[in-house]
Amino acid sequence: MKALQNLFDKLKPNFEKGGKWEKFYTLYEGHRTIAFAPDLTTKAKGAQIKDAVDLKRVMITVVIAMIPALIFGILNVGYQHFLAVGEEVTWVDRALFGAMAVLPTLIVSYAVGLLTEFTFCVIRNHPISEGYLVSGMLIALVMPPFIPLWQVALATIFAVVIGKEVFGGTGMNILNVAMTARAFLYFAYPAQISGDQVWTYLSGETAVDGFSGATALSVAYNAGVEGTQTAVEALNAHNASIGGDFSFMNLFMGWVPGSIGETSTLMALVGAIILIATGVASWKIIVSGFAGAYVMGTVLNLLAVNEYMAIPPQYHWVMGGMAFGLVFMATDPVSAAQTETGKWIYGMLIGVLTVIIRVTNPAYPEGIMLAVLLMNVFAPLIDYYVVKANKTRRLQRATV
Amino acid sequence: MYLLDLGRFSKAHSSKTDMSKIVKLKKGFDLKLVGKANQELADFAPAQTFAIKPTDFIGLQRPKVLVNEGDTVKAGTPIMFDKAMDQVIYTSPVSGQVVEVKRGEKRKLLEIKIQADATITHEDLGKANLASLDRDALVAKIAGSGVWPSIIQRPYGIVANPADTPKAIFVSGFDTNPLAADYGFTLKGDENYFQAGIDALAKLTTGKVHLNLDGANPTPAVFANVKNAEINKFSGPHPAGNVGIQIHHLDPINKGEIAWTVNPYGVVQIGKLLLEGIYDASKVVAVTGSEVTKAAYVKTYTGANVSTFTKGNLNSGHVRVISGNVLSGEKISLDGYIGYYHNQITVIPEGDYEEFLGWIKPTTSKLSFSKALGIFSFLNKGEFKVDTNTHGEERPFVVTGVFEKVLPMDILPTYLFKAIVSEDFDEMEELGLYEIIEEDVALCEFVDPSKNDLQELVRNGIELLMYS
Repeated sequence: MKALQNLFDKLKPNFEKGGKWEKFYTLYEGHRTIAFAPDLTTKAKGAQIKDAVDLKRVMITVVIAMIPALIFGILNVGYQHFLAVGEEVTWVDRALFGAMAVLPTLIVSYAVGLLTEFTFCVIRNHPISEGYLVSGMLIALVMPPFIPLWQVALATIFAVVIGKEVFGGTGMNILNVAMTARAFLYFAYPAQISGDQVWTYLSGETAVDGFSGATALSVAYNAGVEGTQTAVEALNAHNASIGGDFSFMNLFMGWVPGSIGETSTLMALVGAIILIATGVASWKIIVSGFAGAYVMGTVLNLLAVNEYMAIPPQYHWVMGGMAFGLVFMATDPVSAAQTETGKWIYGMLIGVLTVIIRVTNPAYPEGIMLAVLLMNVFAPLIDYYVVKANKTRRLQRATV
Repeated sequence: MYLLDLGRFSKAHSSKTDMSKIVKLKKGFDLKLVGKANQELADFAPAQTFAIKPTDFIGLQRPKVLVNEGDTVKAGTPIMFDKAMDQVIYTSPVSGQVVEVKRGEKRKLLEIKIQADATITHEDLGKANLASLDRDALVAKIAGSGVWPSIIQRPYGIVANPADTPKAIFVSGFDTNPLAADYGFTLKGDENYFQAGIDALAKLTTGKVHLNLDGANPTPAVFANVKNAEINKFSGPHPAGNVGIQIHHLDPINKGEIAWTVNPYGVVQIGKLLLEGIYDASKVVAVTGSEVTKAAYVKTYTGANVSTFTKGNLNSGHVRVISGNVLSGEKISLDGYIGYYHNQITVIPEGDYEEFLGWIKPTTSKLSFSKALGIFSFLNKGEFKVDTNTHGEERPFVVTGVFEKVLPMDILPTYLFKAIVSEDFDEMEELGLYEIIEEDVALCEFVDPSKNDLQELVRNGIELLMYS
């Protein structure tokens, strides 16, 4: 390791004031601190020791928590493909196929995002922050499996620049960066990110007879529109002839079409366990989010005027990307509510809104994306009232 | 309501028995470090020089030195005063000769050093019968003796103004800071002085004198039979022993109110002043930390030079000597002086090294409040060896909800810090800056993954409010 340290030391003068790459000091520093935890010490006054955790550690923990979803996503992309084209293949083939579809998206997301981030750091001369480690992975996981790579790149640039950097960079953004990327594509290029045709990567081959690329959410929605059978019956019947399976259990497991990382509720829960056990994400948001969805699902059951409204509320937990969104997107500490009381309200409303958007809105089969973005916008308002309550308590104390 | 953590009681359960309170705090963090002082007096060579450092006294504005180099002084001889508050006299802790009046840039007064005599002689300040002194005479007596700076004013955490009358006086009878000295040991045998000090304090306030004791451990003899004070019990992790936290749960400070705090050592000194008529600055100091070979107590005087306590007593060469504890103390040099308010020095390794992939390596040997460092860190039940490395660089506030876990007060720390950063005076007031000083947010600073210097920030905010 001494050699690497020496290399950095040798390069350092070039990046320091007066050096030929002075402007790029932040890049030098960023890379050195990735290789080596820095040799900074505490100030003479104040805390003489500091906790061993830093933002890098926090962010890498979130990335680790997403790896189960990523691996599952790779396998599932392969699984869905060979299911649709009706070929019996080994898991190795499925994994290879999935990796070929998923990894380019992931690489483009990281490469383009980091390049954008570095550019801003150099222009603004602020240190490279760790936030994009998480955003880069998230952006890839919320994309359909065969989205054109140039769209990934465009969405990433949009999200990093308009979603984050214009507000001042990491820690200052109002909207979740990855959700911003997805929303950008959703409204700019809807053909590639919505409908029934984009969730299963056919790779030019022809699907078997009877195959439908619809997701569970649109099957359930259509059941509500048609009204000929219950939503659960419609789900169970979907693609049954070719071995597709929209049973509750399989929706929970995640062997269904959808965005790369979002299909498996199980893998989202594995991530949730990692995030909660390490204390990185707020369990309050996750728990209240699931509770909000269940409560809203139950309320719709009571009002049910169509079959979709009558679907058992727990189906909302396992269909679409709700679990993934609640665990990894809603809990983004920067764009979520920041007070502890606010987190309960924020999570709860995301759950409620997701179900409302899903069931009552014909244009958007999935509600979690818009629910998270909407609540991102309202989070400061929730916090405002929680903070105000705190101030009022202090004021009342003074006057009694 | 409670389930939603509305924070009305800040998760503290308090119950009233008669008048005194029992408060159980849940939030906070106990740092278990290597190098706790054994309960014995070590035979280190006695310190030769002692120093008064004006920088120890927060709020001291225009110090005026009353002695010259070469003057001989006794313990209790006036050394300096603050032209902005001239009743309060700072006196010499020992008898001997003034050897240096050290000034820094712009002639800023840094240290007044005194070479101590072999045996200490005291100025006769006159014994006093408390019953026959009226409040003004008592204030004048304490203010002129050198003990007064032990009395701290809240809000702001500055030396109290003798012209004020506080609504209450608070004494914390235990210290939950890392490796803190044990008052049961350092104040052994001072029962009468402590009681006399409490009686004097009771005369200074129109309200109550609160003595707050450790509810989880046996009460030391020095506090066991104290009268004339309200006894409250606090239990829970650090910062349960911080007087600021205790005030918040007993009788919080609102805008326009003034309360005073005194540490138990200061109370004993006030008692000695009245009963013996002397300024006795003798002090038992804990020598602690992973880098001292022998961690023990030493009997010396306020402002002692630490070099004799560390000489031949260090495990390694590259160390930092801290006057006070690791959370809110101050770095001093190997031959620096203990601060006026400190009864502890801590010696730990300097952390100016790079660590390969240090931010991602799994480990159980690093101290962290967060479980993100190692889910298995609970396996390490032992004591941690810590150094001064920051373990990361400064970043904007990103993670939320961490400060709240280590500040057992109904205060929203992140919002308060942001109000200070943006210099929003109304917000600072409304969010509770009157209730905290540096030491109360020391744990927040320690746990902050974004490595902000929050104690400095809080002091800046207080100064904005004070001088606005």
